[in-house]
Amino acid sequence: MNVRDDFPILKNNDIAYLDSGATTQKPVQVIESIKEFYEKQNANPHRGAYALSVEATAVFEGTRAKVAKFIGARYPEEIIFSKNASESFNLLAYSYGLENLKSGDEVVLSIMEHHSNLVPWQYVTKKTGSTLKYLYVNSDYELSEEEIKEKITDKTKIVAITYVSNVLGTINHVKEIAKYAHKKGAIVIVDATQAIPHMRMDVQDLNADFLVFSGHKMMASLGVGVLYGKRELLNKMSPFLFGGDMIEYVYEQDTTFAPLPSKFEAGTQDVGAVASLGAAIDYIENLGYENIQKIENEVVEYAIEELSKLDFLTIYKTPNKENFVGVISFNINGVHPHDVASILDQEGVCVRSGNHCAQPLLRYLGVDSTCRASFYIYNTKEDVDRLVRGLTKTYNMFKKYLQK
Amino acid sequence: MDDLYNDLIMEHSMNSYNKKKLESCDFCEKGHNPNCGDEIELEVKLNGDVIEDMAFLGHGCAISQSSTSIMIETLRGKTIEEAREIIKTFIDMIKRETKDEKELEKLEDAIAFKNIANMPARVKCALLAWHTLEGILDKFA
Repeated sequence: MNVRDDFPILKNNDIAYLDSGATTQKPVQVIESIKEFYEKQNANPHRGAYALSVEATAVFEGTRAKVAKFIGARYPEEIIFSKNASESFNLLAYSYGLENLKSGDEVVLSIMEHHSNLVPWQYVTKKTGSTLKYLYVNSDYELSEEEIKEKITDKTKIVAITYVSNVLGTINHVKEIAKYAHKKGAIVIVDATQAIPHMRMDVQDLNADFLVFSGHKMMASLGVGVLYGKRELLNKMSPFLFGGDMIEYVYEQDTTFAPLPSKFEAGTQDVGAVASLGAAIDYIENLGYENIQKIENEVVEYAIEELSKLDFLTIYKTPNKENFVGVISFNINGVHPHDVASILDQEGVCVRSGNHCAQPLLRYLGVDSTCRASFYIYNTKEDVDRLVRGLTKTYNMFKKYLQK
Repeated sequence: MDDLYNDLIMEHSMNSYNKKKLESCDFCEKGHNPNCGDEIELEVKLNGDVIEDMAFLGHGCAISQSSTSIMIETLRGKTIEEAREIIKTFIDMIKRETKDEKELEKLEDAIAFKNIANMPARVKCALLAWHTLEGILDKFA
C-alpha cells in the first residue's frame, strides 16, 4: 500500500510538498467525510428535535468521544472543540490565566513557543501583574535539565510548553517537565500541535493539565482545534466566549451556563470540520503511529543525510536523533530564505520561509529567518532529491555574487 | 525566474554601493515587512526640490535590497515631483495597473522588477523601499 495514493492533491499537482508543519494535505477519506456530512447528516446539532439534528449531534458528540479515546482523556467532556490551537490557547489565557494569576506569580514558557502560545500569555501576565519567563535552548537546540530547574520555581503557576518545536523539530521532555512543574505547584499546558501528527499523545501518561492541538496539522480540515483539560479544572473555569448553546437559563440580567463541554463552545460549531477530525483520527489509527514513524523516519533520515552533504547550508537541529522529529530548518549561507523559497517554488518544491510564528526564538538564535522543510507520511525520497536539486540550483545562481 | 534574479538585481542586492550612510541627510525613514523580516533605513538628502542623494542600510531578501538600491539609482537627481510620478509608475507596474511601454521607460533600470507581478508572494518585497520613499515625499504634497 502506498499512502501517497490517498492524497488527491499530490496527483493534481506536480509538487514536493514540504510544508506539513504549516498544514498537512488531506487523504481522500477525510475529504469524503466532509462531503458525507453535508450530503447526509447536516443540521445544527443540539438544537432540533428532529432526526437529522439528532444525527448531526451524534457526529459531533461521537467525534468528541473519539478524540477523548485517541489522546487518553477520561471523559468526553474533557474535550473542547475550538477553531484552532490559537483559540484554545486564548481560552486558557482568559479563562484560566486571567482568573488565577496574581502579582508575584510566574508563567514559564519555552523560547521555542509558537506565537499562539506566547502572545496570549504576554497579555494576561501584563493584566495580572505576574511575570513571564522563558526556558532557553542550549547549543543542541534543546532545553537542559538545569534550565528547567532554574526557571520553574515555587512562584511558577503555569508552565506552557510545546511538545515539538515547529522551527527546530526538537522534542521536549514534556513528561519530565510536567512532573517537576507539578512538584512546584504549577499547572502544565502542552502544545501538541506539531507532535500529534507524528506520535501518540497520552494525557494520562504526560499528566498534562491541558493539552492543545489543531486538526488541520493532522490531516483534518482547516477550522477545528482541540482543547483537552482535566475535568476538575475546566469545571472551575469561567466561559471564554458567550452566546448560543453555552447557556442553561438566560434571564434579562443574568445567565447560568451549560455544563461541560458546551460551556466553552458558544455558537454553532464547524461540525463538518469536526467530522473530518474524526476521519483523520480513523486514518491515523488504521495506519498506526508505528507505520507513520517508519515511513517518516526513512525519508527524514535520508533528507538529513543529503542536506548535510551541502556545505553551503546551515542546518538548525539537535544532533540527538531521539529528540527530533519531522521539521528541518536551514539557510543557504548568505542567501535570504525568501529568495530560496521563491526559486524552490519554481522547481515545484514547497517550503516555508520566514520566522515561522516564532520571532523570539529566531531572535534568540540570532537569525532573521530560515527555510523550513517539514515532512509527513506522503513524502518520498524523490521529494528530498527535488529539494536538494533546487537548493543546489539556488546556490549556483547566487554563488558568484557571494564570493565577492 | 532566472530573468528576475539577473545580474543587475543580484549585483544591487549583494554588493550595492548605495548601501552606506550619508554624511548628512534631511530625512531618514525606516521601512519593514514584519512577516519576512525585511528591513531598510532610507536616507534622503535634498537640495531645494531636487533629491540630491540617497543611501540605505538594511537587510532582507535579494528583491527588497536590490529594489531599494535600484530605486536610489533611478531617483537620484530627480525633482520631488518627478520622483513621485516615477514611484507611482513603479507601483502601477508591479500591481499590473499599467503596461504602457512609454510610461514604463521612465523607470530606467527599475523596469527589471516587471516580472515580480507574476510572484504575488514577493510583491511587498519589491515595493518596500518605494512605499517608504513615497511616505517621505508625501510630506511635500
